[in-house]
Amino acid sequence: MKQVLEGSHAVSEAVRLARVQVISAYPITPQTHIVEAISEQCSSGRLAARFMCVESEHSAMASVIGAASGGVRTFTATSGQGLAYMHELLHWASGARLPIVMAEVNRALAPGWNIWVDQTDSLSQRDTGWIQLYCEDGQEVLDTTLLAYRLAEEINLPVMVILDAFFLSHTYEPVDIPDQEQVDEFLPPIEAKIILDTADPFALGQMVPPGAYMEMRHDIQLAMERVPTTYQQMDGLFAELFGRSYGDVDSVLCDDADIVLVVSGTVTGTCRQALADLRSLGEKAGMLKIKMFRPFPNEPIRRALKGVSKIAVVDRNCSFGAGGIFAQEIRSALCNFETGPLVYSYIAGLGGRDITGDTLKEIYYRTKSSEMPEMHSVWIGLNQE
Amino acid sequence: MAIKDYLRERFFPHMWCPGCGHGIVLNNMLRSIEQLGLSKNEIVMVSGIGCSSRISGYVDFHTLHTIHGRALAFATGVKLGLPELNVIVPMGDGDALAIGGNHFIHAARRNIDITAIVMNNRIYGMTGGQFSPLSGIGTMATTAPFRNIDHDFDVAELSKAAGATFVARTTTFHAKQITDIIKQAILHEGFSVVEILTQCPTYFGRKNREGSASNMMELYKKNTTPIGSQAKQENPELIERGILHEVEAPEYCNEYDKIIKAAMKGK
Repeated sequence: MKQVLEGSHAVSEAVRLARVQVISAYPITPQTHIVEAISEQCSSGRLAARFMCVESEHSAMASVIGAASGGVRTFTATSGQGLAYMHELLHWASGARLPIVMAEVNRALAPGWNIWVDQTDSLSQRDTGWIQLYCEDGQEVLDTTLLAYRLAEEINLPVMVILDAFFLSHTYEPVDIPDQEQVDEFLPPIEAKIILDTADPFALGQMVPPGAYMEMRHDIQLAMERVPTTYQQMDGLFAELFGRSYGDVDSVLCDDADIVLVVSGTVTGTCRQALADLRSLGEKAGMLKIKMFRPFPNEPIRRALKGVSKIAVVDRNCSFGAGGIFAQEIRSALCNFETGPLVYSYIAGLGGRDITGDTLKEIYYRTKSSEMPEMHSVWIGLNQE
Repeated sequence: MAIKDYLRERFFPHMWCPGCGHGIVLNNMLRSIEQLGLSKNEIVMVSGIGCSSRISGYVDFHTLHTIHGRALAFATGVKLGLPELNVIVPMGDGDALAIGGNHFIHAARRNIDITAIVMNNRIYGMTGGQFSPLSGIGTMATTAPFRNIDHDFDVAELSKAAGATFVARTTTFHAKQITDIIKQAILHEGFSVVEILTQCPTYFGRKNREGSASNMMELYKKNTTPIGSQAKQENPELIERGILHEVEAPEYCNEYDKIIKAAMKGK
């Protein structure tokens, strides 16, 4: 059934449909609408779950880890500073191999305080062992949340479903809410592989000597390496049931393109329009949307960019001293790939500044007129002194 | 110095809702500072996150607007580095006692000379009315649409037990008492906690049917009484206002200086 839903409520509807059993969260703008709606669902009985409003994000993730260790389906949501505060527990969740799903609303980090979109919060958690999926619109948020549970429970790693502050979290769009029966078919009850069992007690999280720790870490890496294939299967299954599929990347008009704009999050929607405009002007432009950031989809990116001469990576984030984070990852994906394109790196839209169609066209033409990329990321739209 | 000179007017208009009690706290805090004759440069204000914490933007002191819950940790560093300055920390109930609860009890335990002003509106206002650790059983909030089952802290008892050497409470209805208490709290050498009941008509008032801002302030008048009053004996439900606890105890920065002297053996 189609409904006009706020991006935040696309998440909470998915959590309801996924029959999540324990939710724990702490309010933070612009995430709060997600857990507020879930709190109401729990109180009204629409969702048979326990909801905890705890005293911090650190406690939110800790309590979700506790619940997941008991073998139930769990959820939390956070944003910006809250995610940064959770950092220690993020490593714990993946290290403990718990299938937790979290919605993370991309918000700029302080100081100066800023509540608007910026991807640096989630990207600075890239080494925590969480699968990261970036969403373009409300429908994708709902679908990805459902998919995230299937994926997390199959692989036994936590999944972060990521959406842009305000542009997605607070924007209303028509979203198709699937039937409960259909969702139940796609997402059966959790069969936890790691579970506290009173009949067979064992110790979780104990000291591990050098002789065993490395193998545990290798297992996590192997699990991550299994994600792309598993994700493809589930995306296919999802498409069969619901008629929608997203892929780990979405390549648009890349086959005959000379220059491809590489984007993620809500910028993708703007880029679809910019791409249509550029094509109508006869420009051989393409677009590559990156949905999955961890594990990084190296192979699909190589395939999509075969024969392309230049790419312009638009990063709404910055790793200070290195530059745009998507650009770095793409460079490393294309390394040792002889026929790879030149990689141009651009930083735009930090702290909620608009990335308009014109911004993307400026990036396109700038890339087109340049013979060689600069070593550093080029910042677009900075105010002049 | 005129009160207005303490304001950073370029940050105005302020972001508080109509009827919010926080402006009364700001106003009377500035009156206390003015009456004490302190200059702007003698004051450091450190705040965390929340409606209350926006005060640090509106006053023309040295101000640090820091992380949610961590204001007292930042303030402890400021005070240790520059012990001659007056450090004031405006906090909300969530900021002070939920995410920042640990720093709160440890600042009290150290008895470091900081003035913590807990602006208690019993709700998270900025994020849209979620219940806080001071909402209390039976209250309504956006995250407790049927009723809250979490017990609340008694800020005064908690502060006292944790080691604060000055503990006081008043309300936005009793504006003059705010001025008086904050003055004494700043003068007190040690960790001072001033709890001010301040109305949030937008969320707490609306969710709990307490009516308009003025109605909520009427409730403060009705439900509180000066310490040791006859009324309290007759009606133990009344909340006491005034200085609830004041003792002399070694202050952290002073003790630190003594340790340095002892270690240097007069060198």
